[in-house]
Amino acid sequence: MKGLWNKIEKWLDERYDIQPMKEYIKHKKVPMHRHSVWYYMGGITLFLFTVQVLTGILLLMYYKPGENSSYESVRFIITQVKFGWLIRNVHSWSANLMIFFAFLHMFSVFFSGAFKKPRELTWVSGFLILALALGFGFSGYLLPWDDLAFFATKVGTEIVASVPLIGHWLKEVLRGGEDVTGATLSRFFGIHTAILPLIATILIAIHLLFVQKQGMHEPEEFKNLPEEKKKYIPFFPNFALKDLLFWLLIFNIILFLALYFPWQLGPKADPLSSAPAGIKPEWYFMFMFQSLKLLPAHILFLEGEVVGILTFGLAGTIWMILPFLVPAKRESNKILKIIGVFVVAFIVVFTILGYIL
Amino acid sequence: MGQTRRKFLNFLLSITGIGALGAILYPVFSYLVPPKIAEANVNSVKVGKVMHFPPDSSKILKFGREPVIVVRDKQGEFHALSAVCTHLQCIVQFRTDKESIWCACHNGLYDLKGRNISGPPPKPLKEFKVNIVNDELIISKMG
Ligand code: HEM
Ligand code: FES
Repeated sequence: MKGLWNKIEKWLDERYDIQPMKEYIKHKKVPMHRHSVWYYMGGITLFLFTVQVLTGILLLMYYKPGENSSYESVRFIITQVKFGWLIRNVHSWSANLMIFFAFLHMFSVFFSGAFKKPRELTWVSGFLILALALGFGFSGYLLPWDDLAFFATKVGTEIVASVPLIGHWLKEVLRGGEDVTGATLSRFFGIHTAILPLIATILIAIHLLFVQKQGMHEPEEFKNLPEEKKKYIPFFPNFALKDLLFWLLIFNIILFLALYFPWQLGPKADPLSSAPAGIKPEWYFMFMFQSLKLLPAHILFLEGEVVGILTFGLAGTIWMILPFLVPAKRESNKILKIIGVFVVAFIVVFTILGYIL
Repeated sequence: MGQTRRKFLNFLLSITGIGALGAILYPVFSYLVPPKIAEANVNSVKVGKVMHFPPDSSKILKFGREPVIVVRDKQGEFHALSAVCTHLQCIVQFRTDKESIWCACHNGLYDLKGRNISGPPPKPLKEFKVNIVNDELIISKMG
């Protein structure tokens, strides 16, 4: 076995000179300290994305987009196809966990200060990936074409319409017409299974390239330790194996959720039936939804929604370019911490409000 | 001389590049905007016999492409309103417990004349005329 491996390696090396890569992998190391556990969050998110791609491709084997086939095909998947229910449940649960871990990863990077110079572009690419993940969630949610999906898309795309100037155009392009219909289903299917996966894969590759090039960020307290006190572990195989352990753990959690908390399929969407009582968006949109809901119908001369969406757009943009706005030195740490705590508190409080109000 | 010549050529090249980009993007963006579907101009719709509408009940029907909610209140009066919430376009419902029109999406409330009375809806629901001809209910556009 070892002999065969060596032969393959020699064969490859002769043609592609893989020594530098081997050296690189051998020397890559990860700092060990109190907060090292956060280094695993990005890896977990990556793992979940892989799960999405694989289960998504499996769903594609039976899923048929269309007003008269989407709902029926999802029902077919979960009732007739062997293990179809499992694949769908894993796809749905893993989607939610992926977004959760992407948020967790982002905030851990924020509070450790890793987003500052020289990692500005890693932060920006990560932010864009999270935005894409939300896009995945929003577009995927419509695909089963049940009543919740239908109204969530109606409301969501109607909010898009309140973007000044291009809002109406954007809404029509998203919906494929004036209303949410089979045309919307076709577009969301294309967005969900082709456009977003392509862009996300490219962005993730860039994100990982940046991380590889710069190595792991070391927090201040670690950097200030005397050299002999700094502990590192080799990335390969030590850290990679720990990564694997986390992935296994998460995978088991997904299986547990998929087995005991099956994803619902409501009644089929019907443009002539009332929105069901208790309708709510997915939890990761709840904080935006809830704050929009608490805004009055009119603020000054603008509609409440317009003010809300502009505020979120602005806040999101500032958050994305934050590393360019703050000095890399530590003086800014206090204020940044306050901003971060405020943002997390805002998201948590408004999410909870959304469920109890 | 060489400098200005190079600048000029670069300028020409950029113009061509931008032109080519435009020639690609314009059709793509136009393609993305769905074509308008001609709307049949509906002026009135027969919705059924009066006896199919017991008091204190409602039904949602299509008026052209627009969903319309027909409500018969406790007193036996008919009301017909657009069923599309003026807030974010959810389909509303008749609440017998409140004798009013309710939108589940964000808790919007309208009275039976379509006036928005609480919650986020910014405008009233459009009203339709209800006529009864030969025991048959006909709804039509106002005015
Ligand atoms: C290449 C990647 C992907 C493919 C090919 C894919 C494909 C699909 C398909 C065919 C469906 C409809 C079947 C169903 O509803 O169960 C679906 C649903 C869904 N997808 Fe994906 N997907 C991919 C990635 C993602 C990602 C990255 C996310 C989230 C971050 C996501 C979130 C969802 C959600 C929330 C649903 C609705 C689940 C449901 O109610 O059943 N998908 N996807
Ligand atoms: S859509 Fe009816 S209250 Fe918001």
